[in-house]
Amino acid sequence: MAAPASAMAALGWWGLPLAVIAGAVRVSTPFLFVSLGECLTERSGRINLGLEGTLVMGAMSGYGVSYLTGSPWLGVLAAGIVGSLFGALHAAFCSLPRVNDIAIGIALMLFGVGLAFYIGKPLIEPQAPILPSIELAWWSRVPQLREALRINVLFLIGIVLAPFLLWALKHTRWGLILRTAGESADAALALGYSVNLIRLAATMAGGVLAGIGGSFLSLYYPGNWNERLSSGQGITAVALVIFARWDPMLCFWASILFGGAGALGPALQSLGFSEGYYLFNAAPYILTLLIMIITCSRRRTLIGAPAELSITR
Amino acid sequence: MAIAIGAKLARRDARGDQLRRAAESIVIPLLALLAAMILFGIFVGVQRVNPLTLYALMYRGAFGTWFSWQNTLTRAAPLILTALCTALPAQLGMVIIGGEGAFVMGGLAATAAALALPDAAPLVVQLAMAGAGLAAGGLWIAFVGALRHYRGVNETISSLLLVYIAIALLNQLVEGPMRDPASLNKPSTHAIGTANMIGSIPGSEIHWGLAFGVIAALLAYVLVYRTSFGFAARIVGGNLRAAQAVGLAVGRLVLSLCFLGGAAAGLAGMIEIAAVQGRANANLAAGYGTTGILVAFLARHNPLAIIPVAILLGGIGASGGLIQRRLGLPDASVLVLEGIIFLMVLASDTLYGRFALFTPRER
Repeated sequence: MAAPASAMAALGWWGLPLAVIAGAVRVSTPFLFVSLGECLTERSGRINLGLEGTLVMGAMSGYGVSYLTGSPWLGVLAAGIVGSLFGALHAAFCSLPRVNDIAIGIALMLFGVGLAFYIGKPLIEPQAPILPSIELAWWSRVPQLREALRINVLFLIGIVLAPFLLWALKHTRWGLILRTAGESADAALALGYSVNLIRLAATMAGGVLAGIGGSFLSLYYPGNWNERLSSGQGITAVALVIFARWDPMLCFWASILFGGAGALGPALQSLGFSEGYYLFNAAPYILTLLIMIITCSRRRTLIGAPAELSITR
Repeated sequence: MAIAIGAKLARRDARGDQLRRAAESIVIPLLALLAAMILFGIFVGVQRVNPLTLYALMYRGAFGTWFSWQNTLTRAAPLILTALCTALPAQLGMVIIGGEGAFVMGGLAATAAALALPDAAPLVVQLAMAGAGLAAGGLWIAFVGALRHYRGVNETISSLLLVYIAIALLNQLVEGPMRDPASLNKPSTHAIGTANMIGSIPGSEIHWGLAFGVIAALLAYVLVYRTSFGFAARIVGGNLRAAQAVGLAVGRLVLSLCFLGGAAAGLAGMIEIAAVQGRANANLAAGYGTTGILVAFLARHNPLAIIPVAILLGGIGASGGLIQRRLGLPDASVLVLEGIIFLMVLASDTLYGRFALFTPRER
């Protein structure tokens, strides 16, 4: 939640960049997890558009388990498990011949959102315990700064995860196998690996991350469960992977950028500037679209794109 | 002589193949539907709801009485139109899932057109609304097509992003410049006026939108399967390189089919305002665009098949209230069932050509 409006007003317009940075850190976490997950999946040569559904399922199941057990971390775990199941579902359908991965993703998006609303009906009222955060600016007396540097553990995990995935993709045997499946299914087959199995693992891992990203929404910010919790973060994150050229570290920076864009509306509103509130809330989508328009090209395939990916062909 | 007989036989064989293929494309989706009903039956069975009771209730709520038929057909009308938004560009191999955005923009533009003509005759207002709805929805999706064709932007993602942008625009205008100050709890625009509303088909409560939807689907069918324009589009969808090699104007096809699809969804938005809501507010984004995607896929993007499929899905939506009241199932049950149907239909793509009964005979 943003700092009280009065405190904001005391800092004047200087509060805006601070609030945007604070928001960027807070809002970016789901983008970060979903985009890292999607990055893994796409590097294996398959696109999972259903991560929006996985995100919402993760948010719902994380919240539910946290409410039932009293432990938000068990909630995060549950969200990851549910995410992996949705990943497995996607991979299982896609391994059938002549079944289109993009269409399956759309179907899983609708199915996941519907199922989460169905099961999550009784969870709208109760308040579940939410995730703790670390205050990095305990020394400061400026409330905005303390707010900006109050950081959730999941975000820190994300910071570590991005370079780790980059390293793992580049330098480990697993990473090489994954990338081989993404660049040439025939080559992976020739090496004696099952492409479907590799993609199953990659899609499940992607699902785990997207589920965890969803649990951040319900268990930290905004920190409740309702049917308007996610509005397209999942699909924005999928677009963000294209923008980030399938590079986990670039996914990280792109997530921060998108988080900042998403924080612009609430930050302006807390400054008493409510004109165009809804349009500012749409800033991440507009930004995504603009970036896709600028970075895509009609003639050449995108640099860094896995060759097996249907979205770039 | 022998040649003539041979040609006749070949023609008969071709007709048989055609019939077999048609039978296949009816039987396999029906199998998928059955599988989805079994799965959803298990899903509710786990919660101690008898699936047979559920389906009997759903049938009653959808097709059991004249009242439920009217409800079903009223819901089917926008679904036919929003399904065309996915099905028409799909002829080119494009996957557009932004019908909801075109629907919202169409409704918004139609409202603006009506409010801009306060003193005009109802017919003039209605024509202006339809024109505005068609143009707004059409341009919205043509933009997606242009991004695809000129910039290589993935149309699935951009069309979905535009849904969120359209809804933000709707909220912004409805709570800001276009707001009726008297609408307190639910910010809305001024009403377009009862005189300007399009009425019902005589003898029923079904609004004229159903007729527009059916006509649009028939026109789309003729366009896709009976004109050289549609033939060219299907060549592009089958093999883009071949289409380019024979010199088809791919860009023009992309832009026109995207415009037509978006225009259909925009018209659905206009009808929602002019026949149901009477004013624009957040109710406009009620998910007709999203369900339309499912209708298009279930109909295998065939405009003619869209009509019965939209009626089926409209029926599922219409029965939602009844199963909620009688069985205490959440309103999201309809979404879950739709999701399962969607998955099963896509999975059934793998069955084509697997049944010996439907495959062309060896000669």
